[in-house]
Amino acid sequence: MSRDEVTRLEIGSDVQIAGARQAVRQAAVAAGFSLVEQTKIVTAASELARNTLVHGGGGHMELAVVENSGGHGIRLTFTDDGPGIPDVDVALSDGYSTGNGLGLGLGGARRLVQDFTIESRPGGGTTVTAVAWSRMAQRVPR
Amino acid sequence: MTSVGSDGSGAATVAQVLETRGEQVAQQWADLPLFRNVYTTGRDAAVAAAHRLVRVLAEVARHGRLDDTSAPDFERVRPHLAQTVTARTRSGATHQQITAEVAELKRPLLEIVARETGGADGAVAAVELMGTLRVVVVEIALSEGAELIDRQRAQLLEISNPVIKLWDGVVAVPLIGTLDSARTQVVMEALLQAIVDQNAGMAILDITGVPMVDTVVAQYLLKTAMAVRLMGAECVISGIRPQIAQTIVQLGIDLGDITTRATLADALKWALGKAGVSVVVGEG
Amino acid sequence: MTAEAGAGRVSVLRMGDILIAAIQQELTDESALALQQDLTEMAAAGARGVVIEISGVEIVDSFLARVLSEIAAATNMLAGRTVVAGMRPSVAITLVEMGLGLRGLETARSLEDAMAVFRGQAGR
Ligand SMILES: Nc1ncnc2c1ncn2[C@@H]1O[C@H](COP(=O)(O)OP(=O)(O)OP(=O)(O)O)[C@@H](O)[C@H]1O
Ligand SMILES: [Mg+2]
Repeated sequence: MSRDEVTRLEIGSDVQIAGARQAVRQAAVAAGFSLVEQTKIVTAASELARNTLVHGGGGHMELAVVENSGGHGIRLTFTDDGPGIPDVDVALSDGYSTGNGLGLGLGGARRLVQDFTIESRPGGGTTVTAVAWSRMAQRVPR
Repeated sequence: MTSVGSDGSGAATVAQVLETRGEQVAQQWADLPLFRNVYTTGRDAAVAAAHRLVRVLAEVARHGRLDDTSAPDFERVRPHLAQTVTARTRSGATHQQITAEVAELKRPLLEIVARETGGADGAVAAVELMGTLRVVVVEIALSEGAELIDRQRAQLLEISNPVIKLWDGVVAVPLIGTLDSARTQVVMEALLQAIVDQNAGMAILDITGVPMVDTVVAQYLLKTAMAVRLMGAECVISGIRPQIAQTIVQLGIDLGDITTRATLADALKWALGKAGVSVVVGEG
Repeated sequence: MTAEAGAGRVSVLRMGDILIAAIQQELTDESALALQQDLTEMAAAGARGVVIEISGVEIVDSFLARVLSEIAAATNMLAGRTVVAGMRPSVAITLVEMGLGLRGLETARSLEDAMAVFRGQAGR
């Protein structure tokens, strides 16, 4: 995986969520993602960016294009210094929301990508990493 | 590469028998399943084919290549053997059955060799020669099988757009074979795109050709039907055989409000009915 | 026929007793909420149906999905119907993969189809 070309975007307002979606869309097009693949990763980004803003009190997104022998992938890392998630498994379950959302964002985003990790400590902020690969790149055993 | 019996004398003995008693061997082989099942048009054709094989085996023995599956003489019968293997495979014979049928050729030959020569050398050489023939046939069967699989795989890849337009506004995708997740994704995307391209209000997912429905496949059917509905079109699943219906129930999968029909024809009738086209059913 | 528009706002057209909102640009959360409010208020003022045309929408996430569902629920309460028309295949696949079936939502392939739904209803 190449570590170069990491783009960092602030997530501090809903306009910046829209900006994050646009940046991810451009990267997905450049990485050769199909239209459906683009839509999935952009939707996942939208969910995670909104969580960063709404639940995490704002933070930032790092966007990187990664590569394997089959093709390209996109790695997104969302970081905030918010309250953290006390129980990640509970937060991931469908329908669980501490706000007035559907409670489908986190679990839904996980289903839209191939790799998904959450690091969070109560009071210590949250980092969510999501990686999606193009169909050709998914064929390569990892 | 020498072994007992291929020191020359045994091989020469077998070659001799195959040359002088070739007609007799061929007559007996023609009645055995390997030839009888392939040359169904007449016994003469079976005898001729058996004789062709006898002559080749005689050459192999004459050249002392009893245990050599790559003996050049085999090349002359390879296409014929390949045809035989393909014909037997098409009529449902397994590779095991085919090689067993090849093994059956041994006995008549051994009997004739024993009668003609008396010594053990000829018999041992004949056993070895027929063993080699069996390996040649196994090799052919395996390569034919691989070719068949390659051909099928290529055909599958060729069908980049498996969606067919059945009627104005009605698209259908006949699902065939085992569904893996890569293939199901392709099919789902193609079906949804066809709804846009054909301005179709009805989409039929036909699973007549799907041998087995497990949770993954059922999940996929559900997802596709839901996506079709989100786009504002209607989805019917057809070809749900009784066993599959039972499996779906046993798996505890709820197809919910998804319309299902027994056959593709029933599904089309339903779709046309919805679209306001009346279908006149002929008699019979 | 009336139209309402503002900065980043989705304009809503009224055709008789049908309200039509065609979302053509990417929505921020704020403009999605503004649309929800506009439609609900206009529906309360009297409307038989609402059509939200989303063929220009490239992604629907759980936030927008909730907004659409809530508009439908509100118009239902006001004795109307909401039809979401023109969802793209890529959006439909993504929603389903996420687990968002939007079961309660009425859908149509296009704006014309959605209008036909209401015309058919009027004829009855
Ligand atoms: N970055 C974060 N910091 C703190 N808590 C979070 C964070 N992300 C998610 N959570 C917690 O996990 C819960 C589930 O998140 P999820 O995105 O699934 O639902 P939601 O945001 O409440 O609703 P929606 O369906 O609209 O996304 C949230 O309600 C919140 O309690
Ligand atoms: Mg969320």
